[in-house]
Amino acid sequence: MSFPLLSAITFTPVTVGMLLLLFPADRHTEIRITALAGATLTLFLSIWAYVSYDISLAGYQFVERLNWVPALGISYYVGVDGLSLPMVLLTGIVIFTGVLISWKIDDRPREFFAFLFLLATGVFGVFVALDLFHLFFFYEIAVFPMYLLIAIWGWKVSREYAAMKLTLYLFIGSVVAVVGALAMYFAAGMNTFDMLALQNANFPADFQRFWFPFIFFGFAVLAGIFPFHNWSPEGHVAAPTAVSMFHAGVLMKLGAFAALRVGVMLLPAGAHYWMPWIVFLALINIVYGAFVAMMQRDLKYVIGFSSVSHMGLVTMGVASLTPLGITGAGLQMFSHGAMTALFFACVGMIYDQAHTRDIPSLGGFGAKMPLVAVAFIIGGLVSMGMPGFSGFIAEQPIFMGVWAAGQTTSQYYLGQQYAWIDLVAVIAIAITAAYILRAVHQVFFTKLPAEFEHHVGDVTVLDKVALVVLVGVLLALGWFPAWMAPLVASSAANVMTILQGAAG
Amino acid sequence: MNASALTVWLIPVPPLLSAAVILLFTFRSRWLSHTVALTAIGISLVLGWSVVFGALGTPHFADHPLASSIDWLPTGNTALRMGVAVDPLTVVMLFFVPLACALIILYSVGYSNFGKALDAHDAVGSPPHNGVEPMYTRFFAFLSLFSGAMLLLVVADNLLLLFFGWEIMGLCSYLLIGFWHGRNYADPHQTTPRQAAVKAFLTTRLADVVMLLGIAYLYSETGTLNFREIFFNPELMEKLLATPSYISGLAAAHLIGLLLFSGTVGKSAQFPLHTWLPDAMEGPTPVSAMIHAAAMVSAGVYMVIRVFPLLAAGAAHGGSPVLAVMTVVGSFTALFAATIAVAQNDVKKVLAYSTISQLGFMITALGIGAYIAAAFHLMTHAFFKALLFLGSGSIIHGMEHGAHHTHEHIDPQDMRNMGGLAARMPVTYMTFLIGGLSLAGFPFVTAGFWSKDEILADALAHGHTTVLVVLLLAAFLTAFYTMRQISLTFWGAPRTESAAHAHESAWTMTLPLVVLAFFAVTAGYVGVHHEFPVLGHLLGENPFEHFLMGSLPAELDGFSFSWTPVMLSVFVGLGGLLAGWLVYGRRPLGAGAADPVQVALGPVHTLLGNKYYLDEFYQAAFVGPAKWISAVFVSRIVDRGIIDGLLHSLARLALGIGSGTVLFEKWGVNYVPDQLADGVQATGDRSRFVQTGQVQTYLLGVVVAVLAMTAALLIAAR
Repeated sequence: MSFPLLSAITFTPVTVGMLLLLFPADRHTEIRITALAGATLTLFLSIWAYVSYDISLAGYQFVERLNWVPALGISYYVGVDGLSLPMVLLTGIVIFTGVLISWKIDDRPREFFAFLFLLATGVFGVFVALDLFHLFFFYEIAVFPMYLLIAIWGWKVSREYAAMKLTLYLFIGSVVAVVGALAMYFAAGMNTFDMLALQNANFPADFQRFWFPFIFFGFAVLAGIFPFHNWSPEGHVAAPTAVSMFHAGVLMKLGAFAALRVGVMLLPAGAHYWMPWIVFLALINIVYGAFVAMMQRDLKYVIGFSSVSHMGLVTMGVASLTPLGITGAGLQMFSHGAMTALFFACVGMIYDQAHTRDIPSLGGFGAKMPLVAVAFIIGGLVSMGMPGFSGFIAEQPIFMGVWAAGQTTSQYYLGQQYAWIDLVAVIAIAITAAYILRAVHQVFFTKLPAEFEHHVGDVTVLDKVALVVLVGVLLALGWFPAWMAPLVASSAANVMTILQGAAG
Repeated sequence: MNASALTVWLIPVPPLLSAAVILLFTFRSRWLSHTVALTAIGISLVLGWSVVFGALGTPHFADHPLASSIDWLPTGNTALRMGVAVDPLTVVMLFFVPLACALIILYSVGYSNFGKALDAHDAVGSPPHNGVEPMYTRFFAFLSLFSGAMLLLVVADNLLLLFFGWEIMGLCSYLLIGFWHGRNYADPHQTTPRQAAVKAFLTTRLADVVMLLGIAYLYSETGTLNFREIFFNPELMEKLLATPSYISGLAAAHLIGLLLFSGTVGKSAQFPLHTWLPDAMEGPTPVSAMIHAAAMVSAGVYMVIRVFPLLAAGAAHGGSPVLAVMTVVGSFTALFAATIAVAQNDVKKVLAYSTISQLGFMITALGIGAYIAAAFHLMTHAFFKALLFLGSGSIIHGMEHGAHHTHEHIDPQDMRNMGGLAARMPVTYMTFLIGGLSLAGFPFVTAGFWSKDEILADALAHGHTTVLVVLLLAAFLTAFYTMRQISLTFWGAPRTESAAHAHESAWTMTLPLVVLAFFAVTAGYVGVHHEFPVLGHLLGENPFEHFLMGSLPAELDGFSFSWTPVMLSVFVGLGGLLAGWLVYGRRPLGAGAADPVQVALGPVHTLLGNKYYLDEFYQAAFVGPAKWISAVFVSRIVDRGIIDGLLHSLARLALGIGSGTVLFEKWGVNYVPDQLADGVQATGDRSRFVQTGQVQTYLLGVVVAVLAMTAALLIAAR
């Protein structure tokens, strides 16, 4: 048996986390160095998996399977394809940069990093899962540390409220999804949670139509779908920087990813039936998020609502049920993950020094921390979908996909409106420029308020490394999409095969 | 990839690279930075012109253009390819774009006061008073990026790469219009550079995303974005024309065309999205020249010429609705903007509206099918408008110098403060005069005359009488306001002390003016109608048209030469100039005197001066409601009110149910057992007194009990 790479990726973080708990609590430096080493190892392993995936074979690779609870058909079953592999890489990048910029945390860093690593394990576990039970198991593992991280290390004003809101939303969502999953388990009657086997279960169309919303919305809550998006900006604002990065960068993708993996791929006929509605909801996400973001005063709320808006694009891409749209959604998950991680890193650096995120009272930070300004502007250009940055590479296929989908969904009323939906969505993306430019100008270019003159300085080298890594990823994907796009496209083609099987 | 294809790939690279080099490495040295920028654009110029002259020397170049491409973004079964191509249209662009860019960058050296010391009063983000520009090196980096993006757009062989260049230019326009981001005015209603930059970016961006949708539509219909693969494939074009679109009655080709044209409406500032362009004058003057002549607005026209076959699809049978829209938008814009230009007092604002108007001419030309005339006017306009903008920059520079010298507080851009500059700035005067006459269409000599005449002749030859009348009116007004501008600026006596103390600019500024002036005259001779008496034959039988013919598959209806349009052109050109001279030139305006046209027109002049109050209308109709939706409707009502309200009500409900459960637990579930327990306890309490702990009492009880039982037994036994 070859080296169990995916298991190594999944369990390295939690092992490092456990190791950290063995340290005496006051050995902060040693704790940080160990955490960084663990994160570096994780990043390295995920890069290794990424480069050694064989695109010419496509399909699921690095597969491992062990019996877990054989009586119930539960197994430890992992493997990655072109949709999950970029997510694994993204998680590796976010944990690495997240540890770098959490260097300054002085309040119980040992526990902080331990929980962060536990979170990472949960996230990895979901992305690599090929067994439905396995997927839920890690899904819950990912949600639980979020509560503690926000409630303990969060922003004092709203952390308890936000942590509670987030946890309740996510648990209720996952409970709804679990019900759907159990329905599938019993309906299939194959005594297995193996998702690849369930793909061939041929559920009756009525069954699929009934249960699809359970699965899809249960997971899509985590992707911030309207009207269940409300926990997300609140959670961002309350969370400490690294947790915001994780939350927007990776955790929200978990929802979209699982909705696609479990909802669309196991219940394709249900997907066909519900998709026009979901495209419409995604449109609301996009427009609504953009409008709310426009008038926020708190920089984190701006970014939080922009995430709601941009995650709507992911949902829209998935819901277009076209190869282009799904490819775009996959790319957007990666691109948006790196982009919001970058945004929240920048906001965190500003807040650390200014102790405020109120946009009108900030100003002139461009001169004090030039690299942060450049990074933030690049993040902004990504989110506006400027060519040459990853956002364009991801959003363009989504718009194309929705447009193309409009030509085949005319049996539904909403399906006939895809062109208009597309038009409104692209215009909403143009609105993005309004709030990003406003924030950029106010925070970085106006006159520096006198109170910041002396105690605001440049960021640390570690912070800069984190920013450069994230910016590098965004630019690399923007100019040379060929290192990721074919990978995602290969899996999108697989999803299409399943969907066509259901339609035909 | 052969050598000449490689050359084409390399054309946009040096300026793009130089932007990065300046920002990352040479930003400490002003001299090094502008040298890098000039060298880079110089290399592009040499590479570009080597391609241009290579192509000019190739017979039937249109039939085998240069092309080269690579796989870029594989999506599903197909792959988006990125590539470059040079056909005759590109050759035309490659002739004037790098030249104009190079001259503008050279001009910027003098404009940014290179060689002077940094003035202690100057702050980053504000225009320098008399010292060197504080953000000198950054300025050259942005200008380089701008030039590189335009060159990228020009050599692109597909819409996607074109869009790359298109958007980078949009970004550069934001950065450069808002270059003096710290500048504020005493009058709170005056647009600041920052506001202008945001406005320009958002307006063009809005149009761009709609265009992007057109690109997406085109790709989903054809599976490619390569110009030649689409337009030179008759079957594909047939299919696009035959496919119905989402909007009933409109073919796919036409909806795509309209979506793409939307991009041009934004980028080339056509009505109703033109309002960003006059405000964009807030940027430094070389930027205005870059945006309004060499690059950005030209890109919009270039793009629609590029996709002309699509726009014109079906024009031969029953007309194309896209062309009809373009004709209406273009001709309306041409006249509309010209009327506003008459009432502007800012030397750059006049030019801004004239740009919008001239772009309207080009769009109209395309609308009536004369794409070669449009390309011709695009080229000549680039030369004379770049000249005029740079000239106005030189004027302002001279005025600022005067104002600095005399400590006068005047607006150095207001033409009412000028006058008599001809003697003080002779090179600027002569070149500006040439540019102005070219814009006005001074007959038979200037480039502007020939290109404008070709559009008018085409309109007449194909029976577009209304269009002809509108354009003639616009051309008359053009000549009129040009003469007004020249008179107010250069002639008569200085109306302020600053104007009296103005002086000529440095050679780096005047040399570009001279070079551009040369082309503003000569560039027209390549496109004289081949049947034009004497000249047509002498100038090589309209080489421009011959060369360009065939770069697009669209059939062009030729027309034979006629004196009518020529006489009309001469008449409106000279007539406008004469009218301008009669009003402003003959009796120069005195200091503080009212504008005679203002006096004559009264409230109409106020309407024109305020640009028909369109900005105010947009503010009230779109910006205000959008802010309301954002701040009040979605943020407060929906998000905080409805969603959170529901959520919190649910939470309260859950709490309520919880409390209810507690009560039920207390009164419903626990009542009986509690009562039972209480009863047992009470019984115990009440019977406790029995348990005294005294043996005597217990014994007494036993005795009593025994007696009682005995008695009971005795009674029972009886």
